[in-house]
Amino acid sequence: MNELVFFINNVVIAGSVSGSIYAMGAVGVTLIFSIMRFAHFAHGDMMTFGAFMVLLLTTLFPQAGAAIGIPTPILLMPLAMALTAALAVGIDRTFYKPLRAHGVKPIVMVIASLGVTLMLQGLIRLFAGTGGSSLYVDDRKEIFRLPVPIESVRVPVVITEPQLYLFGLTILSVIGLHLFLSRSRLGKAMRAMSDNPDLAQASGINTNTIVAVTWMLAGGLAAIAGTLLSLDVTFKPDLSFFLLLPIFAAAIVGGVGHPFGAIAGGFVVGFAESLAVFNWSVLLRPFRDSLPEWLELPANLAFVGTEYKIVVPFFILVAILVWRPTGIFKGKVIT
Amino acid sequence: MPLLDARDVYGGYGGMNILNGVDMAIEATEVGVIVGPNGAGKSTMLKAIFGLLSVNQGEILLNGETIHNLPPNKLVQRGMGFVPQEHNVFPSMTVQENLEMGAYLKPDNIKRMLERVYEFFPPLKEKRHQPAGELSGGQRQMVAMGRALMPEPDLLLLDEPTAGLSPLYMNEIFERVKEVNAAGVGILMVEQNAKQALAIADKGFVLAAGQNRFTDTGAALLADPDVAKSFLGG
Amino acid sequence: MSQSQPTQPSREPERADSVATPRRFPLRETVLFLGLLGVVLAVYAAMGSAYGTRMLVESACYAILALGLTIQWGYAGQFNAGVMGFVALGGFCAMFFSIPVNDAFWNSELPGELGLALLYMVGAIVLVVAASRLDRLGVPRRLRTIFAVVLGVVLYMLVISHFREVAGQIESQAGFIGGLNLPVWFGWIIGGALAGGVGYFIGHVCLGLRSDYLAIATIGIAEIIKAFLKNADWLTRGTATVSPLPWPVPGPSEVGFTLARALYLSVTAVIIAAIFFLLHRAYNAPWGRMIRAIRDNEVSAAAMGKDINKRRLEIFVLGCILMGIGGAVLASFNSIFDPQGYLPLNHTFLVLVMVILGGPGNNLGTIFGAVAVYIIWIMSGPLALSLMEWAANAGAGVFGWEVPTNLDSRALQARVFVIGLLISLVLRFAPKGMLPEKVRHHG
Repeated sequence: MNELVFFINNVVIAGSVSGSIYAMGAVGVTLIFSIMRFAHFAHGDMMTFGAFMVLLLTTLFPQAGAAIGIPTPILLMPLAMALTAALAVGIDRTFYKPLRAHGVKPIVMVIASLGVTLMLQGLIRLFAGTGGSSLYVDDRKEIFRLPVPIESVRVPVVITEPQLYLFGLTILSVIGLHLFLSRSRLGKAMRAMSDNPDLAQASGINTNTIVAVTWMLAGGLAAIAGTLLSLDVTFKPDLSFFLLLPIFAAAIVGGVGHPFGAIAGGFVVGFAESLAVFNWSVLLRPFRDSLPEWLELPANLAFVGTEYKIVVPFFILVAILVWRPTGIFKGKVIT
Repeated sequence: MPLLDARDVYGGYGGMNILNGVDMAIEATEVGVIVGPNGAGKSTMLKAIFGLLSVNQGEILLNGETIHNLPPNKLVQRGMGFVPQEHNVFPSMTVQENLEMGAYLKPDNIKRMLERVYEFFPPLKEKRHQPAGELSGGQRQMVAMGRALMPEPDLLLLDEPTAGLSPLYMNEIFERVKEVNAAGVGILMVEQNAKQALAIADKGFVLAAGQNRFTDTGAALLADPDVAKSFLGG
Repeated sequence: MSQSQPTQPSREPERADSVATPRRFPLRETVLFLGLLGVVLAVYAAMGSAYGTRMLVESACYAILALGLTIQWGYAGQFNAGVMGFVALGGFCAMFFSIPVNDAFWNSELPGELGLALLYMVGAIVLVVAASRLDRLGVPRRLRTIFAVVLGVVLYMLVISHFREVAGQIESQAGFIGGLNLPVWFGWIIGGALAGGVGYFIGHVCLGLRSDYLAIATIGIAEIIKAFLKNADWLTRGTATVSPLPWPVPGPSEVGFTLARALYLSVTAVIIAAIFFLLHRAYNAPWGRMIRAIRDNEVSAAAMGKDINKRRLEIFVLGCILMGIGGAVLASFNSIFDPQGYLPLNHTFLVLVMVILGGPGNNLGTIFGAVAVYIIWIMSGPLALSLMEWAANAGAGVFGWEVPTNLDSRALQARVFVIGLLISLVLRFAPKGMLPEKVRHHG
């Protein structure tokens, strides 16, 4: 049974953690795609920016959270979300909007977003340096070791405080997003614009408002994901580079322009990654004695080593592009 | 004072004129129908009225105010509705959401107008929670017309509302058009099915090469042997 | 969504210029290249001839990469965001084929084991492919799929764990498998071929889809290639790096830095001239006319019965081949193969800036862009550092700041920002570059 707990720790929890992060990133990417019709490559850096804002604020007010009993970074996150949302809108006004007004091809927008990526990365590294730093300035990261109430199990289920916040906030964001898109006037207008931009405009929907709201949503979600990822591991300026491919794979798996598909896609990619790097030899070990003589169990039975983790989202991406470029769900998809 | 008054309109895409001096006027109580051969500028005229392409010369008045070259959303506010020929619904949104989007600029209308639109188009009420993209062509046309009616326009522009529909649906759509008109909305539509459309038209405009060729009541045009020979296929 | 809509007055003079008489005096080109020559001479004067020549060789290598990218982006509108991966593949081949043979590896029983492991791999692939064809023997399709997937997973596990074992043995007993001691140019050619092969695979998957997908997939493949070269210690020594790599011309130890580098420069010049000549020929041949027809109007080209996807694939592969060759030439010149030294910033975005600044689709402009941007790039490091030192000291004097200790590493980050800003500015204000590609009207 120890092996099963090991599996839970390394696959179920780890997969849910990366799945939640990817999901929140992919939602932003897919929303931007459905409104502005281009793949926004600077999305990972908006996550990093959000986390960096939290780092800055936490360094400024390290004791703020202690007053109410939650970690300071979590308390200050809404502020960072607002700042990231403002940054996203600002970037759009400065760099993307003039290009849109010129009616450039989507691929030119992609290149422009790469330019923005570099600028953000350069700025963040200029101020934060290139090394990692912990977002826990004054607080301590709590790690919960939950013993399993079974006699023979000695290994506890391990879950950390930021992971719990991550799961909670992911669920909240998904519910919030659903209510926003299905109930609010603005959310419906957003869907209308993603469905049929010309008709949306003819109905009197203000394109600029919708674009701004899209950036705010995407920026806010990116800040949450970036902050919680940095809380769970550590803040690094080059966080974004390892996120870009899984996020895009998730968005395409879910069907581009399909927010809830993107969430599902995020978890597909997250779990696929943790299943692929999991050492299956561990699960087979209890049966070692009953295996035939000639079959020697190798010590490492992972599909890919952790150093090749990036292969997993790429493989998923290629597979989906080959077999179902419109994603695993049916419904409206932007091609 | 006519509801819509277009005088000597020249316009088209970019600097090129497709319309070469078109006149068109209808009253609030009338159904106007534009017919003519392919490339005559029928849909172009409709788009010029709705601000989708530039009017280079002449003027267009709605309720006595000049409106040409105003953007579409301004025209919606001034009481004009437009139903494009294609891509005229939001396919992933439900029928009801489609209608709500029509009243985006007048959210106070939603409750009252939903009821009225469902009265005009009873099939929509049953399907109101179904995505519009899953409906049949005729029902989709109803959604599109319903959406355009939501802000309570004075004038409704329809671009080939019966294109691609079976004769059964075509007649149904024309019936609805008459009902909507009877409820006080002026109608101007472009039609390929010229005979059937002129039959319900108070005013018919036969365009050719971007100019008025014949303008009369629908019945008179149908009876005119010249019109019949050249434009209605004998 | 055409890029040159007639409603944009700012583009009008440019258009008039570019459609103008075919045989005007190339004033713009002459002025730009003379200016560039002046800058190069200034660098020679300031930094010495050895430094200047090294800079020129490196910018020549970048020019090969940039030609590869300008074919893809300028001729066909394909955006390859993973230039780094193809450059690294080329570099690997340059290393693998040219460095001396590792006797510790070849004299053991390891080559046989490695061969066997590779043979198992091929065998497993054959078995899985065969299993996926079982439906032709009457096996139900669903059953066949399940069988093929399960077989694939099991065989993959077996083969990969065997392979890991062999790789581990190589690393512990012989370090790595070493090279083949073949002529340098051989590795360069194979490098191009290998990069082209990977390009074929990616292009085959992505070229029929939205243009963004190609960018995403190329970013992915570049990271994977880098991860592989970095971690496959048995093949590349990974982070331990391999050096020195032999040169095709006498090295600095024989004839001195300046002369050796000048000789190397002449080799790169010959390569560029050859590529330039071949591209020019191809561009004016029926093939090139077809490419231009597709670029100018995809729909009508398709209506004329042209196989667009095949042509696009050819373009993409050709571009990747050039990137592979450029990467190989660059690695040989640096005389070190360091998988960690391949950075998306240097090897993808810098090349992108060269292409969009020089004029996408214009070969001469691309070469101009490559040399000009490379000079700016390597000169901007010291410049940014001195600027920052000045600012920091001024700040320390006026406000009493504490001067950060890691200024030079931060100054390097300023270059990242500048490259990003440059991309944005060029896209917005000079989307056709310094030497815009002439759009000729052809029947």
